[in-house]
Amino acid sequence: MQEWANQLCENRQFGSKMTDSKYFTTTKKGEIFELKAELNSDKKEKKKEAVKKVIASMTVGKDVSALFPDVVNCMQTDNLELKKLVYLYLMNYAKSQPDMAIMAVNTFVKDCEDPNPLIRALAVRTMGCIRVDKITEYLCEPLRKCLKDEDPYVRKTAAVCVAKLHDINAQLVEDQGFLDTLKDLISDSNPMVVANAVAALSEIAESHPNSNLLDLNPQTINKLLTALNECTEWGQIFILDCLANYTPRDDRESQSICERVTPRLSHANSAVVLSAVKVLMKFMEMLPKDLDYYGTLLKKLAPPLVTLLSAEPELQYVALRNINLIVQRRPEILKHEMKVFFVKYNDPIYVKLEKLDIMIRLASQANIAQVLAELKEYATEVDVDFVRKAVRAIGRCAIKVEQSAERCVSTLLDLIQTKVNYVVQEAIVVIKDIFRKYPNKYESVIATLCENLDSLDEPEARAAMIWIVGEYAERIDNADELLESFLEGFHDESTQVQLQLLTAIVKLFLKKPTETQELVQQVLSLATQDSDNPDLRDRGYIYWRLLSTDPVAAKEVVLAEKPLISEETDLIEPTLLEELICHIGTLASVYHKPPSAFVEGSRGVQHKRLPGSAGSGESVESPDTGSAPVASEAPPAVIPSQDLLGDLLNLDLTPTTTTGPPPPSSAMQMGAMDLLGGGLDSLPPVPLRRDTPQSPQPPHQSPSPPDYSPTELGVDLGGSPAMTAGFGAPPTAGPPSFTAPVSGGLDDLFDLGGGVGMPMGAYVPPKTLWLPAMKAKGLEISGTFGRRAGVVQMEMTLTNKAMSVMTDFAIQFNRNSFGLAPAGPLQVLTPVSPNQSIEAVLPLNTVGPVMKMEPLNNLQVAVKNNIDVFYFSCQYPISMLFVEDGKMERQVFLATWKDIPNENESKFQLNDCHLNADAASSKLQGSNIFTIAKRTVEGQDMLYQSMKLTNGIWVLAELRAQAGNPNYTVSLRCRAPEVSQCVFQSYEAVLKN
Amino acid sequence: MIHSLFLINYTGDIFLEKHWKSVINRSVCDYFFEAKEKALEPENVPPILQTPHHYLINIYRGKLFFLAVIQTEVPPLFVIEFLHKVADTLQDYFGDCSEGVIKDNLVTVYEILEEMLDNGFPLATESNVLQEMIRPPTILRSVVNTLTGGSNVGDTLPTGQLSNIPWRRAGVKYTNNEAYFDVIEEIDAILDKSGSTVFAEIQGVIEACVRLTGMPDLTLSFMNPRLLDDVSFHPCVRFKRWESERVLSFIPPDGNFTLMTYHVSSQNLVAIPVYVKQNISFMETGSCGRLDITIGPKQTMGKTVEGLLVTIHMPKAVLSANLTATQGNYTYDLATKVLVWDVGKLNPQKLPNLRGSLSVQSGAPKPEENPSLNIDMKIQQLAISGLKVNRLDMYGEKYKPFKGVKYLTRAGKFQVRT
Repeated sequence: MQEWANQLCENRQFGSKMTDSKYFTTTKKGEIFELKAELNSDKKEKKKEAVKKVIASMTVGKDVSALFPDVVNCMQTDNLELKKLVYLYLMNYAKSQPDMAIMAVNTFVKDCEDPNPLIRALAVRTMGCIRVDKITEYLCEPLRKCLKDEDPYVRKTAAVCVAKLHDINAQLVEDQGFLDTLKDLISDSNPMVVANAVAALSEIAESHPNSNLLDLNPQTINKLLTALNECTEWGQIFILDCLANYTPRDDRESQSICERVTPRLSHANSAVVLSAVKVLMKFMEMLPKDLDYYGTLLKKLAPPLVTLLSAEPELQYVALRNINLIVQRRPEILKHEMKVFFVKYNDPIYVKLEKLDIMIRLASQANIAQVLAELKEYATEVDVDFVRKAVRAIGRCAIKVEQSAERCVSTLLDLIQTKVNYVVQEAIVVIKDIFRKYPNKYESVIATLCENLDSLDEPEARAAMIWIVGEYAERIDNADELLESFLEGFHDESTQVQLQLLTAIVKLFLKKPTETQELVQQVLSLATQDSDNPDLRDRGYIYWRLLSTDPVAAKEVVLAEKPLISEETDLIEPTLLEELICHIGTLASVYHKPPSAFVEGSRGVQHKRLPGSAGSGESVESPDTGSAPVASEAPPAVIPSQDLLGDLLNLDLTPTTTTGPPPPSSAMQMGAMDLLGGGLDSLPPVPLRRDTPQSPQPPHQSPSPPDYSPTELGVDLGGSPAMTAGFGAPPTAGPPSFTAPVSGGLDDLFDLGGGVGMPMGAYVPPKTLWLPAMKAKGLEISGTFGRRAGVVQMEMTLTNKAMSVMTDFAIQFNRNSFGLAPAGPLQVLTPVSPNQSIEAVLPLNTVGPVMKMEPLNNLQVAVKNNIDVFYFSCQYPISMLFVEDGKMERQVFLATWKDIPNENESKFQLNDCHLNADAASSKLQGSNIFTIAKRTVEGQDMLYQSMKLTNGIWVLAELRAQAGNPNYTVSLRCRAPEVSQCVFQSYEAVLKN
Repeated sequence: MIHSLFLINYTGDIFLEKHWKSVINRSVCDYFFEAKEKALEPENVPPILQTPHHYLINIYRGKLFFLAVIQTEVPPLFVIEFLHKVADTLQDYFGDCSEGVIKDNLVTVYEILEEMLDNGFPLATESNVLQEMIRPPTILRSVVNTLTGGSNVGDTLPTGQLSNIPWRRAGVKYTNNEAYFDVIEEIDAILDKSGSTVFAEIQGVIEACVRLTGMPDLTLSFMNPRLLDDVSFHPCVRFKRWESERVLSFIPPDGNFTLMTYHVSSQNLVAIPVYVKQNISFMETGSCGRLDITIGPKQTMGKTVEGLLVTIHMPKAVLSANLTATQGNYTYDLATKVLVWDVGKLNPQKLPNLRGSLSVQSGAPKPEENPSLNIDMKIQQLAISGLKVNRLDMYGEKYKPFKGVKYLTRAGKFQVRT
């Protein structure tokens, strides 16, 4: 027995000596040399050990590429382990030694014929990983065979290999017809092959957004659903994600898919669960709400979501980010599950913060007592960020659940009593919001707040306190003293505090003019003379002018009634939410941004949206109405934003440039709502809020203390701080509004011109329906774009199909590719009575803010009337942007043509055009496409043409027309090749009409 | 799909990198290090980081960071699940998943990783299948291999790879056929100052150890399956049978696996086995505080509570503790400010008590935060939800296996607020 134990002990030592850690002990010096000798050893075992050492060095990041030829020499072997090791090495270093890598090709090709399927698969798999162009040529034949191999293991490996090859050489994959073979594999008999084919196709499709690779129809869907039950957990994820892209034909199909997907909710792999949730959330939209199954489905969704929260913290985090979206879309699912979101003190901070957010979303009258008790508990925790957020959360509860406001305020007061500095400051910031929401209700606490004046050192808290003092100056006896004390260090304050202080003192002066004249003069001079901040100066001047010319008006403006703030300020804007619901489980859902906003390399990701519900009768597939919010439940007056009231604007404040990444598409909605919903209601419809200071109706000064958008004068006008979010509009947005009055006056002239009709006018497409009455509460808009006498116009027919009169029309564009913006307000001066149509012509300029759109000529429009704000998007013919001086000199044309690289040339075929070259030329000239030269070679007419876009981009064209052949060839060269497609569309439109 | 994987230790050294597509320079990890620096505690590093060209998704397990680099839109849960799977697999192979063990088996680890993903797509992630392709190192095998020049890489296609039951290999043979099931329940609960339950739920799991010859088809039934309304199953469980008959019918994987997890959250079903009477207070003036904790049994269904351990994170200002325990020992770690009281078995006749004074840094303000108590315990032979296995039947094979079911209840995140 003893002996046996000793032996075991020895073995163990022996064993431990056999571990790979010895590979780390080799000395640096001469290491490569030693390895080289060992690799060329005759002994198999020594060879293998040497390759292992090489691999070990490679894994820790050492460069062992110098051994390439020696390692490749070991490749021809029967020992599978050695072969695998060499393959591992090859994958890593082939790229750096392409010529050497060719040496390995023969072995690969031979291995692809091996009787052992494991080796065949291994060979094709490794070959795909060698990212060397020369090797890929040799890969095609073996790959083709492997895709049709009798063994499913080989087929499934080959499917992935197609994706690899596509990554290296996309063209080759298309030319060789591998994509079709891959599509065939979706119908393979083996579920694992199906899953891999789907995965490969999805990956390829990501770099080909418009290709119809995953063409889903009921038959393929059925195959996928069958494979879903039998493939691995990972395969299920791919298949479910693919299913989510399908739009069922009707609610019955939708229901049957849901029924077959539901069992996935009980899978142990949380990624499977979440992908299943995505499919269900999306397809549920199509089910009628009164259906029994709809209710069953809702009930089934809750438990798996709760279960996700007991997984590892990283999984919890992703789950919570997604649950955040789900609760916003369908709060009923988790409304009884509040408790699972309670924070445990040893949760990681990122989980804590997310849980808190969801708690507030779920807070309702029924559970508010529990929630408040929890929040109060959190406010005494250690982590400062978390405590701050907890305090803010209490304020959000007060605003969200009216019945709880009183308890929230008293909780906040308790917290202020703790005197913990950051707690006090956060509490004051949220109490300010509570004052805004419930005016004249809780002002009794002001005294307590004032006691803490000295401890405030953060700008946001100071600004909040100053706002409170200014707003309630008449109830605070020593308001003037308090404000004066702030004034001493005026120049050291942040802009936010300075602006607020200025406003607060003006308010104070208007309330108590006798005692505070000196104070107001002091602050005005500080703001206008001693400050070099233009926002502060401008605001100071406005007040000064107001106070000196018309104190009564000043009072009306500065002390005007403030719009109420809403609890919904932190909700995600509905269209974005819909898109994100379609992306549950992806990075987009974690960042709460549309994929187009950040995913690299996915040019023109298609915006996904939820299918319409069966009952509503809305057409599901109309891409043009893309930006119109489908969800009618969403209250339109809500000003949505992404996060807590606090850090709203940082997103949008960065100035946009033409090349910058497109900001979230929600910017337009936010901006437009802000402008139209908030501002215009109280003003006559003409001047927008970016008015010149001389305007008789300056924006009223309202008080949200955190002044988020210092570039804007009328910042506070919207009311809630969130409202300013849309004003991320960069300074470039300025010019159009300043030119507005001028071009507004010229409108009529242009109208006349348009009416008379230009003899050879630019092509104006017929009007199309932009906004159906069904989606806009009875307002129907159809329209077109044209260029008349050098001015771009939007020509619209507004039809009132509702029962009541419509008035107060206004219009706003989202940022777009060419900076199109209204050059003046929308001139609809008379109210539109029911069943009446009126024509409106809106002159446009191109100096607005720029953001690249997809497609390029897409324009998102918001129209407001007395009923509501509506959104639609339309596409304009790019030809209306061709300017009159677009004729290039011959010489310049030649030089430019040569100068533009060949890859920027796009060729298009124009079919069925029965014009001769001259007729075409003159027709095109009408649309500012100028023919510079004409050549005739062997009966073929070649026209060389140029045009220039409003933003200075030149497009050069060659038009080939064969006499008697109705098909033209158009070749376009441009330094910005993305416009080519649009330009060609214009050619087509002009020549065919 | 998953582009690269970096393994990073606690101190921030990258000790393994694996690329499934082109090589990504390890400098990409700098963004991670930055975040790690900021997070202070390794547990608090955000799991998903965005860098200009990549996304970094990491998990923290056993003092190691598993960091995946992705470039395109990939479901993050997929990546996280996969990373956990990698950690599980390494654990399975080597019995431990630490830096030392990984370095000792670097080449095997590398081979495993290569086998698990192909071009970023999962290839073979079932431990069963992997072990057939790359045999786990055993002392005996490494000796034999050195002597005979054999290899630890299988050269036939694993049978499970393509069958409808990828989790089970063919041709399993045992002389002793046995199937054991452990029903383990963890109580997650938050109790407030007064001892009433703020929140409580049970996370249950059935771990199985099945060593049966051939292709056995098992059916496991419960006395009270209605308890279970929120369940997740191993892929082997036939969901249809569960839906219709509430029994678990499955062909088991070979060896150890998690058969199902479940979740009981309805509060009245969750029994709280102990109560805690506590009082921790600090004087407004003077530098001291008092602590008094008593623990007693509440709903234990007649079983004994064992392994009782109380952990308290004290406020920073607490310098030392001078306490007396009627049972067990206590330690106070000055550096981490953690007070641990190891009570052991709970004796209902003589309740354990810990009391005494805490000394607080002089001059420091009275600590604001209230320390929470974290309770650890276990109860053998009891599933606190009341779940009971009724019977286990085997079809498809002729022999008679040994069968066994064990129950265990323990505290998960069990907290008492003060």
